[in-house]
Amino acid sequence: MFGTFTEIERKIINDKRLSREDGIKLFSCNELSWLGALADYVRKKKCGDIVYYNVNCHVNLTNICTSLCKFCAFGREENAKGAYAMSVDEVIAVVEDAMNDPNMSGLHIVSGLHPSWTFEKYLEIISILHKKFPNLYIKGFTGVEITHFAKISGKPIKNVLFELKEAGLQAIAGGGAEILSDRVRNLLCPKKATATEWLEVAEVAHSIGIKTNASMLYGHIETLEERVDHLIKLRDLQDKTGGFQTFIPFPFLPKNTVLGKEVKQTSMWDDLRTMAISRLMLDNFKNIKAYWVMLTVPVAQVALNFGANDIDGTIHKETILHDAGATSPRSLKEDEIIKIIHDIGRVPAACDCNFNILRLIN
Amino acid sequence: MRLNKNESINLINDSDLLKLGKMADDIRRHKFSNITTFIIDRNINYTNICQNECDFCAFFRRKNQKSAYLLSHDEIIEKVHEAVEAGATQVMIQGGLNPELGLDYYETMLRLIKKQFNITIHSFTATEIQYFASREGISILETLKRLKAAGLDSLPGGGAEILVDEVRKKISPKKISSYDWLNVMKVAHDIGMKSTATMVIGFGETMEQRIEHMEKIRNLQDETGGFRAFIMWSFQPGNTKLGGEKVSSWDYMKTLALSRIYLDNIEHIQGSWVTQGERIGQLTLGFGADDLGSIMLEENVVRAAGTAYEMSIQKMVDLIKNTGNIPAQRDTEYNILKTF
Repeated sequence: MFGTFTEIERKIINDKRLSREDGIKLFSCNELSWLGALADYVRKKKCGDIVYYNVNCHVNLTNICTSLCKFCAFGREENAKGAYAMSVDEVIAVVEDAMNDPNMSGLHIVSGLHPSWTFEKYLEIISILHKKFPNLYIKGFTGVEITHFAKISGKPIKNVLFELKEAGLQAIAGGGAEILSDRVRNLLCPKKATATEWLEVAEVAHSIGIKTNASMLYGHIETLEERVDHLIKLRDLQDKTGGFQTFIPFPFLPKNTVLGKEVKQTSMWDDLRTMAISRLMLDNFKNIKAYWVMLTVPVAQVALNFGANDIDGTIHKETILHDAGATSPRSLKEDEIIKIIHDIGRVPAACDCNFNILRLIN
Repeated sequence: MRLNKNESINLINDSDLLKLGKMADDIRRHKFSNITTFIIDRNINYTNICQNECDFCAFFRRKNQKSAYLLSHDEIIEKVHEAVEAGATQVMIQGGLNPELGLDYYETMLRLIKKQFNITIHSFTATEIQYFASREGISILETLKRLKAAGLDSLPGGGAEILVDEVRKKISPKKISSYDWLNVMKVAHDIGMKSTATMVIGFGETMEQRIEHMEKIRNLQDETGGFRAFIMWSFQPGNTKLGGEKVSSWDYMKTLALSRIYLDNIEHIQGSWVTQGERIGQLTLGFGADDLGSIMLEENVVRAAGTAYEMSIQKMVDLIKNTGNIPAQRDTEYNILKTF
């Protein structure tokens, strides 16, 4: 058995691409420190010691959603308890509050698929935010939301993206990829963008110069093979466009979700091996993110040594995953993020949504 | 090849976590293959009245404080009874240094338990033993002999903190010195009473001091062979006078891996889900630990410092299975009772 692992190790050292079979084999490997060391080796070679973070604010415009995916604890129907949809003034108030942090540098805007909001409404929000806060970068909307905008406006994806870009959008968020398999999507989220549609948004965005992120929601009903296939789909598109900036493995948080009745939360062991295998399989991605909200801070810190070089941001106030029982804090202070990174002997770098370094903290 | 102090300082400075982890994991794998153990036990804290008043402790009370307590023998027996019913094979009875209790309180307690239950009594830290002896005006040897005769099976390794007096003076000036802690262990081992050893990190001690601690344990183990396991905790600063920050999981893992490499004469290295949480607790199994300690049907001391994680047999079994290892319930002597 270990012979195959030695062979994989040799491929990594020689910069050779791992195959689907290699990926599947890695998921059967229980030598976590070996796997981590290999991913860490690649991270070091590719990205050096810098760890990226954002001083950012998450904005979730509405939790009213037509998709109601089985793994989600955030979305709800319009007349359900706790349903909300923010007015433009409310959005501005949230951002103004976040601006009390002098280092606040950008927004991350993702929301439910509201049944009656028009595409113009979303455009207006971006446009107003961009004018009112010209120094903040705006990253927003997942491939799922963009597909939704195209459908409700009757416009091609390309036009939707152009208009958003004109309004001030600078990058597309990585969510909504879930598992890029129609089998899984039909079971969990049949009402939203298909795997092909999600990938199409990314491809079109990249073609007009908008960078996007990519993600994978794992630890629910998918097979390990489907995880590997998901990574390969992203890798293939990245070969073509080079427009993905960072990859975020999201462990499924079961609390308060429909699916949570049947599925237990992933173990830390699974989280770390998935992190490492993502780094090893995605040889054409520069950045891999340890999203502390889902992983918890201690595990995210360890994950920075399992291939990750990005720890997301201060967030200001996280909602989506705390609805799903996340036990991490709702926000971190910049000092706390810097300490997490310094503790492990790495160099924190505050960056914008396109990984331009704003401040290097030595 | 045994590491010396300087070599291990160099090793920890020159290697990253994963390199150390890999070395430790290889040793663990060589010794235990894919068996990972745990025990079912109950902690019984007979009193929280303590005259030591350590700065790092959130559990102790003064006698006249409102929440001060002392359990009667009946209450203790009832707790042991519940533990036996729940499948425990061991009780760990520990408490504060309560000046009102003579050695007969403990001897009677032990006899009553042994009379009624077939359960291992793994109880009293070196600090307590030393205190019992001085309060009774007899030697450590005599104290341990009497407790052994009354039914005490083995000693837990708590109270060691960091076995460097410079550190101890700062954090627990009234607690026994490193010499005394080691001496209690030596005397116990000499009369055939086994024990475990612990280390608590995160008091602001240096890596050199942690290694000095390991060195002292290793030297005594060479002499007596009486330590069954080494257990590493991290200081929980909540509600304590000492306060401060928790050590990072990174620091904990690195030191744990080093302990597996350094303590070449101690068989078992235990990872602590109690102080680290089950997620980092699970990770220790890839960094040298072969045992996750106890399910702990009752735990009061760490809880008092603001850290509370829950564990059940099912959770423990899943935790171990997810690492690709075979979960096994053990007894105090590390005999395997049942695999899952």
